[in-house]
Amino acid sequence: MDTSRSPLEATGFSRKLAATIIIVYMIVTLIPITWMVATSFKSVDSAISYPPEVFFEPSLEGYVNLFTNRSRQPKDYLDSLPPPDTWYEELVRSREMVITGPSKFLPRYSNSLIIGFGATFFSVFLGSLAAYALSRFKVPLKDDLLFFILSTRMFPPIAVAVPIFIMYRKLGLGDTHVGMIILYTVVNLSLSVWLLKGFMDEIPREYEEAAMIDGYSRMQAFFKVVLPQATTGIAATAIFCMIFSWNEYAFAVLLTQFNAQTAPPFIPTIIGEGGLDWPAIGAGTTLFLIPVMIFTVVLRKHLLRGITFGAVRK
Amino acid sequence: MAEIEIKNLHKSFGEFVAVKNSNLIIENKEFFVLLGPSGCGKTTTLRMIAGLELPTSGNIYLDKEDVGYLRASQRDIAFVFQLFALYPHMNVRNNLAFPLKMQKLSRSEVDAKVLEAAKLLRIDHLLKSKVSSLAGGDRQRVALGRALVRRPKAFLMDEPLGTLDAEFRELMCLELRKLHDDIDATTVYVTHDQQEAMSMADRIAVMNEGVVLQADSPKVIYNKPKTKFVANFIGSPGMNFIPIKEKISPSQSSIKLLDSSLNIPEQKEGTDSNENFLGVRPENLKLVSENGVKGNVFGVEYLGSRKILTIETQLGNIKIRVDSDTQVNINEQIQFDTLNNNQIIFDGSNDKALQSEFMS
Repeated sequence: MDTSRSPLEATGFSRKLAATIIIVYMIVTLIPITWMVATSFKSVDSAISYPPEVFFEPSLEGYVNLFTNRSRQPKDYLDSLPPPDTWYEELVRSREMVITGPSKFLPRYSNSLIIGFGATFFSVFLGSLAAYALSRFKVPLKDDLLFFILSTRMFPPIAVAVPIFIMYRKLGLGDTHVGMIILYTVVNLSLSVWLLKGFMDEIPREYEEAAMIDGYSRMQAFFKVVLPQATTGIAATAIFCMIFSWNEYAFAVLLTQFNAQTAPPFIPTIIGEGGLDWPAIGAGTTLFLIPVMIFTVVLRKHLLRGITFGAVRK
Repeated sequence: MAEIEIKNLHKSFGEFVAVKNSNLIIENKEFFVLLGPSGCGKTTTLRMIAGLELPTSGNIYLDKEDVGYLRASQRDIAFVFQLFALYPHMNVRNNLAFPLKMQKLSRSEVDAKVLEAAKLLRIDHLLKSKVSSLAGGDRQRVALGRALVRRPKAFLMDEPLGTLDAEFRELMCLELRKLHDDIDATTVYVTHDQQEAMSMADRIAVMNEGVVLQADSPKVIYNKPKTKFVANFIGSPGMNFIPIKEKISPSQSSIKLLDSSLNIPEQKEGTDSNENFLGVRPENLKLVSENGVKGNVFGVEYLGSRKILTIETQLGNIKIRVDSDTQVNINEQIQFDTLNNNQIIFDGSNDKALQSEFMS
């Protein structure tokens, strides 16, 4: 028997089992994403061919179609035009079309960025202030208040869509960035307050007390001493808030149309000739994944600690 | 540096009274220790001096200025926490500089002061280190450095050696005391460890249940405790209390104990109660071969330089300190007597020591 191994360490078999499960799970979750990314690099014809093409000639048609509006023109008109200046014009011409202007994808995408990051910032900022207060001060009816905050997430947010829709129309917040940031912030706040309160509870009061004795106000102590120690919690909370605000679809469909429409309701409406333009949708979705992926990877090292935080005494 | 005066200080948390109408004067340059069991109100008192708690009533004067209800940041005092509270996201230098950054000093002034404090505590080679990489003793020094870097009027320390291991604690006791003398500080130090208190303090205030029972030099606290609690709490083991079933009158100089009589210092006060106590420290008793109080050896604790015997007698269990080479066996019949004439009589009705020739 191998006695050099600690009895607490996993055996070879259970390690292999764990690896197998992880690989199977990874394949299951990655297939749709891989297919989506592959679709974004197919041509329109190849995307809808049957049987599906696993190997195909890559094309940037989807990305070009995503970013442009085009119109089909007769052959003799196309011949009368000066030769195309750019590779994407050439690609469009080869499909017997001309670019008539940029599509709405970029503005929708930047709406998503503004609203997503804005809502995340405010959720975490307001959440950490509330969490600190609930963690440190005697707040009247604190437990009831905390339960109320939690209860706002006991139903799916969309359940209150109708009152919110009416309220937003009366307040003139419909189809505005501010309106969407407020909405997503409010939905995220309960999660953010509860998560962050756990982290704040773990930070000893001595830190801010030391800072206050050293001449700082409580607010300064909060920003200089408490917040830096809550970075793990803030990162974990920010990821959760970001994922929600970034992916949110139902309210975005309901409340935004032109000005503040985000990418999720926009992408599925990309219509090509004779039906949905699957490569363009694939391209839109692929690009849509990137910010939240970068955000998560950047904050990843905090995330794991964040989720398991407090589960084990240090 | 400063004199701290506490007048009728009172603090209650709802029903619970943490500090009861306490009065104390901590003199300039004094090393003053608040000593007591946990929950006695010593930390609450310290936190009120610091401004981390506000008094329910009463006043705190720092150099004659009433600071009792000012913010902590307005008091010019420093606090060393039990768990050090070093900021983990800053290195040692920034931890030391943190209190100075509020004082609108130039960068070079801050650097000079940080370096001076670091040199004083011999941590100048650690300035760039991360706090988390430091050993316990060095963390302690950084915490002290952060306290003294801006030369406050007073240092408040809340069991700062509590988390260090025993060996290191003794060393830090010496260092702390030396540091206190070197910088002419006024220090208020909270601990539940009487050894720490005795070895460092100019004066000790013993507290229990929110009340300051006695504030005196370690020698007076030990030899002339004013209450039964102080007599028992200080010294290891604490004082023996032998019940006496007689009323004590002023000028009395002997008491009946079992069948014989015992000389005591001439009393200056009497009692109304018939149930009083004779207080004798274990080292003020000796083994004798005849005419002593008889008893059975119940327990023997060997402590290196001495032995503590627990004797079962008709007067209750009594502890005696003897030389460590004294040969005694469990259940052996022995006799003992008082060594000198410095017993204390405690009034059974209020546990207070009576005034006597010895006590005054």
